[in-house]
Amino acid sequence: MLEFISRMLGRENSSSKNVAKERLRLVLVHDRATISPHMLNQLKEDLIKVISNYMEIDEVNLEVNLNQDDREVALVANIPVVKMKRDYATKG
Amino acid sequence: MVTSGKGGVGKTTTSANLGTGLASAGHKVVLVDTDIGLRNLDVVMGLENRIVYDIVDVTSGNCRLKQALIKDKRFENLYLLPAAQTKDKTAVSPEQMRTLAAELKEEFDFAVIDCPAGIEQGFRNAIAGADRAVVVTTPEVSAVRDADRIIGLLEANELRNPRLIINRIRPQMVKRGDMMDISDILDILAIELLGVVPEDESIVISTNRGEPAVMDHSSKAGEAYRRITRRIRGEEVPLMNLDVPDGLMDRLKRLIGMR
Ligand SMILES: Nc1ncnc2c1ncn2[C@@H]1O[C@H](COP(=O)(O)OP(=O)(O)O)[C@@H](O)[C@H]1O
Ligand SMILES: [Mg+2]
Repeated sequence: MLEFISRMLGRENSSSKNVAKERLRLVLVHDRATISPHMLNQLKEDLIKVISNYMEIDEVNLEVNLNQDDREVALVANIPVVKMKRDYATKG
Repeated sequence: MVTSGKGGVGKTTTSANLGTGLASAGHKVVLVDTDIGLRNLDVVMGLENRIVYDIVDVTSGNCRLKQALIKDKRFENLYLLPAAQTKDKTAVSPEQMRTLAAELKEEFDFAVIDCPAGIEQGFRNAIAGADRAVVVTTPEVSAVRDADRIIGLLEANELRNPRLIINRIRPQMVKRGDMMDISDILDILAIELLGVVPEDESIVISTNRGEPAVMDHSSKAGEAYRRITRRIRGEEVPLMNLDVPDGLMDRLKRLIGMR
């Protein structure tokens, strides 16, 4: 009964504004999924910095790309590991 | 510059009202119509019968700037530089626009540049001449999407901190969840809000008459544009109250705890 009333009064989630927002969110992920070479380079450098705290990586063969298909945009990174650092904390 | 990406969202209406509002506040203002081939600002301002020269005449050296400027008789310090109607978008180059803008800066406190829709040459021209950008959108998916693209292009062209006007908001529809509201749009676009203009018949009436709504003190949209004008002048002005009174359904919803 209560469900019927609430459906009659229009629940938030099914309102057309929320449909609009969700569609916009998706379309903008795609629209914005271009990244300037400059920004991509910065991202690579930052990645290297962070990852180097944990392992030694092959910086020359590192690949970072923004891939997109119909449903999603993904940041795909291929980072060859040369050497792992010893993890004293967990071995302790 | 007043821009949007999508056509028909209210760039020309906004340019006319901002220009008129700033002039009536005592600033020396020129309205520049850069929509070459689709001249409109002249009719919205009611100045269409007084055009002799246009922007292309000025940039191509056919006449001096002073000769092409139309003085609005209603305000001491309001002028219009009309677009050319018979040329195409490429008749003015970004370089020419830069030169023109520099000349206008000497003469005027504000130059309001009304952009064409799209992201082609007309848009690039306006960018070349402008120091600040106002982005106009409506609460619709397509308009907000185009605004997002425009904001990206403005920032890529060093026009930082564009400000947003949300036009044609319909409080009734927002209230029943059938229109995105201010916070939804700001969430998505993440830029500073300059103002919100309601959907209002008085815009149509004022356009019919060639008298911008900002001059009409009984117009809601006019009030919105007066507030926007004051914000451009650096004042802090609260948003207009666009709330609609609660109806029976709202009271019922509250009663059963739905809101
Ligand atoms: N707030 C509003 N309420 C009602 N009509 C509006 C409003 N803003 C704009 N319009 C109408 O929408 C149409 C397009 O506006 P215009 O300013 O010419 O858009 P643009 O310059 O972006 O193409 C015009 O007919 C105008 O009168
Ligand atoms: Mg226009």
